[in-house]
Amino acid sequence: MERRCPYAPPAEYDELRAENPVTKVELPTGRQAWALTRHEDVRAMLADPRFSSDRMSPQFPTLVDNTQLRSTFRPSLISMDPPEHGPARRAVVGEFTVRRMEALRPRIQEIVDQAIDDLLAAGEPADLVTHVSLPVPSLVICEQLGVPYADHDFFQQHSSKLLNRETAQEDRRDAVDQLTSYLGKLITEKEAAPTDDLLGRQIVKQREEGKVDHEALVSLAFLLLVAGHETTANMISLGTVALLEHPDQLALLLNDPGVTLNAVEELLRYFTIAELATTRVATEDVEIGGVLIRAGEGVLGLSNAANHDPAAYDRPDELDIARGARNHVAFGFGAHQCLGQNLARMELQIVFDTLFRRVPGLRIEKPIDELDYKRNSTVYGLHSLPVAWS
Amino acid sequence: MKIATDVDRCVGAGQCVLAEPAVFDQDESDGTVVLLTDSVDGETAERVREATHICPAQALSILD
Repeated sequence: MERRCPYAPPAEYDELRAENPVTKVELPTGRQAWALTRHEDVRAMLADPRFSSDRMSPQFPTLVDNTQLRSTFRPSLISMDPPEHGPARRAVVGEFTVRRMEALRPRIQEIVDQAIDDLLAAGEPADLVTHVSLPVPSLVICEQLGVPYADHDFFQQHSSKLLNRETAQEDRRDAVDQLTSYLGKLITEKEAAPTDDLLGRQIVKQREEGKVDHEALVSLAFLLLVAGHETTANMISLGTVALLEHPDQLALLLNDPGVTLNAVEELLRYFTIAELATTRVATEDVEIGGVLIRAGEGVLGLSNAANHDPAAYDRPDELDIARGARNHVAFGFGAHQCLGQNLARMELQIVFDTLFRRVPGLRIEKPIDELDYKRNSTVYGLHSLPVAWS
Repeated sequence: MKIATDVDRCVGAGQCVLAEPAVFDQDESDGTVVLLTDSVDGETAERVREATHICPAQALSILD
């Protein structure tokens, strides 16, 4: 289902939520799955351990055929269930605590300032995606993981291929192979001489516990690199468009830096760029919203529909940066809620606080409905965003 | 108002810390919730209620 206008969730979501909030839908692969559109139901499903995240399960309702990947791909955190998931997540979540993120603030501010310098130096019109949206999260995740930023073109290219639903199965396989082999070599180097970064510290930690699990580290690095790139980049681009299109909201943000926290939550809710990360498969019969979902059936927790549920938010299709939308499910809900969410929040706050203050005349050089939207990507966003400022 | 935490359920999302840093903190090594006080009132209690609601792991509860 396509987005309207091009921000709003598909109109079908509103109809489904009102008339048939737990309903059977057919996926592009021809399989059937349940679609959930109510905030309450999506949260209940995601918090229920009877729904599995095992993306390698043949029963998992993927939108693209991934049979070729299933045989070799080592599951990462997002694909694990209990009892494996808890300890695996805890091994790394200490790297993403609120306090750790706060300690990164000065460095992220430097990265954002440099990106804005580059944008201004590029001259008008410049592409915000190239100069700000992509380099900021990319540099941050590379520094955090200890991956050379010089290679960012390589992994940006392959991660967009993976996220594009139209990528052919063999190209998808090739992208996975190339990224896996690149990260495999990098981790082997770090095993020989552990560096002071997330991957290096994981190696030291695992060694203290007895054994370094090379494959698991490759899979973790893969997940964090792919997840750390496109998601935040797309939120930077879309958030910029939304704020420029709503000058009253932008004025609120500029008048009171304290509002940025809530503004970021509202933008996350409003766009919900990764609405299908919240897909699961039932391992037992479970009742959700009064409907019995049987073991083995797939469930799409449509987080974008949930985040536009009028039962959870007044005037859900309006951007209201002061509303305090902290209970949104844009980062998911339950045991798998986004590991990097506080890093993403920090990056978005700093970008929006800095960009509109340093570049007060910022404007978009194209009508917003003619911008190059990622309509066929697992993560919604913009391929480019031409801007000018004088 | 009394607060209880279930550290075994906690997934270290840090939502409670963002909601009320005077009451919640995270363990340095595994990110799990650390309670700085287990009894609160007034506006702090409201923010703790919100934290309980947004906790993705449903690891927080209010006892009275």
